Amino acid sequence: MPDEPAVVCRRLERRYGDTQAVAGVDLEVRHGEIYGFLGPNGAGKSTLVKVLCTLIAPTGGQAVVLGHDVHDEPEAVRLRIGVALQEAALDLKQTGAELLQLQGRLYGLSKADARRRLEDVRDLIDIGPALEQPIGTYSGGMKRRLDLAAALVHNPDLLFLDEPTTGLDPVSRMAVWDEVRRLNEELEMTIFLTTQYLEEADELADRVGIIDRGRLVAEGTPAELKRSVGADVIVARVDGDVSAAAAALDGVDGVDGVEVHGDELTISADDGSATLSPVAVALNGGAVTVRELTLRTPTLDDVFLQLTGGHMAEAGADEVPA
Amino acid sequence: MTVASVADPTIRARRAGFGSDLLAIAGRAVRSIPREPESVIPALVVPLFFFVVNIGSLQDITESFETPGFSFKAFQLPVAIIFAVTGVSRASTLVTDIQDGYFDRLTITPVSRKALLLGLMVADFVLVVALSIPVVVLGYLVGVRFESGLPGVVVFVLLAGCWGVVFTGFPYAIALKTGNPGAVNASFILFFPFAFLTTSFVPQEALTGWLSTIADWNPVTYLLAGLRSLIFVGWDGRALLEAVGAVALVGVVSQTLALAALRGRVARR
Repeated sequence: MPDEPAVVCRRLERRYGDTQAVAGVDLEVRHGEIYGFLGPNGAGKSTLVKVLCTLIAPTGGQAVVLGHDVHDEPEAVRLRIGVALQEAALDLKQTGAELLQLQGRLYGLSKADARRRLEDVRDLIDIGPALEQPIGTYSGGMKRRLDLAAALVHNPDLLFLDEPTTGLDPVSRMAVWDEVRRLNEELEMTIFLTTQYLEEADELADRVGIIDRGRLVAEGTPAELKRSVGADVIVARVDGDVSAAAAALDGVDGVDGVEVHGDELTISADDGSATLSPVAVALNGGAVTVRELTLRTPTLDDVFLQLTGGHMAEAGADEVPA
Repeated sequence: MTVASVADPTIRARRAGFGSDLLAIAGRAVRSIPREPESVIPALVVPLFFFVVNIGSLQDITESFETPGFSFKAFQLPVAIIFAVTGVSRASTLVTDIQDGYFDRLTITPVSRKALLLGLMVADFVLVVALSIPVVVLGYLVGVRFESGLPGVVVFVLLAGCWGVVFTGFPYAIALKTGNPGAVNASFILFFPFAFLTTSFVPQEALTGWLSTIADWNPVTYLLAGLRSLIFVGWDGRALLEAVGAVALVGVVSQTLALAALRGRVARR
């Protein structure tokens, strides 16, 4: 496997007018890993993918994909990557087979090789005889799988998947996860995956980069990121003065940090079970009524909350055009 | 299935080259034609309709003013051909591709950018030539004969086909610039001055005033003259040269606009 990373971004920027969609991102993706790029809607994920797959040019910084600068050598990049964008980009009037063969031809495959590749990916698509039917008759899940197959038809070294499971039902989502794992494990394909689903990044990614408002705010393995919050998390939902409740937790043994969000206190602790009782006592002595008190291990949402002060699901409100 | 079957290290991507890209894009566009009868049927019916109606309404009065032996049916056949081939394009499909993101999928491949446009025009040429044939057949059935013979019929259809392709540059420019289906549909307005401010219904010498002046500057006037020469005269080099020149002139303008719009669309701004 080559020494240099599959993807390198240095101070990468992409601006739309006055809006900075990607604001100086530094990251590296290693060969053979699944890199999860996690962030809420409008955080800049899709914009960054569009820059890396040469659809749009960066307005600052540098991006190198498989050893080729996306600005100076876009054609060399295109030959070696596969891309499935956020919306399945398909021609509904073609049949699935026609679309895949055309895709193969545009990547320089001979007619015979394009036909071979069609047979290779036929099982991956797993839509049976429908492959010979117009794509307009496909379900959402079938379109997603066909889109993925179109991204694979030329044997790319690096696969970009932009929110591959958005809009899919749970069963289809699990099927896509299985395929992504297999592509990575059996073919050692490097995969750059953007997602707004915490569990998706947690399940699939070897390493995760968290992006918020165009900036990379954290990077590491899911376990590392979660450890940065603490070993455990205590979540308290309260009625009353939440700030006073947070103040009441100052100096409580075992409490490493407190995040306030609405009526919710997120308390990080190294030993949650030992800290739960002192926390309950401290809150009980304050000017609040505790409605709910739970102990759990940290999630990537806790990481996002600690870094940005907001939950993932709520952070997409202030969107940036992608 | 295991994904291992998806891997075949002997097959690797490479640049296909302009010719292969052009054929691949054109092939897809040609395949889509019979799947969109709604865009083909009007282009087939309208010229036949106008041919029949114009002959029915104007033949007697026009032939009474012209020299004996003048055939208004033969005079109208090139007009019907122009109606058949002008404004027929895959521009609406291109807009759909842009809106659905399929155009982005194509531009992520190493395909030649020019092939993305010119491939559609190749399909347009196939279509307009096919649309010309029923008109020519109808003309033959009502008694129109070519002084230039069968080769003249072939040149007649090819010249009209070239005009049809040249004209597609305008809707493609609008499609690529705006990505808006409404704007593409509105481009049909361009058809009217080209098709009607010319010698569609009477010979050039019968036109007077402002219409005569505009007709003198309208390239379609020279195209019609060239097409009519194949029917009435035989092989008139000057008329054919002027027709080719008129098509080329409009082609330079329309293709320049279309290619500029294509560059803008794929500029990765």
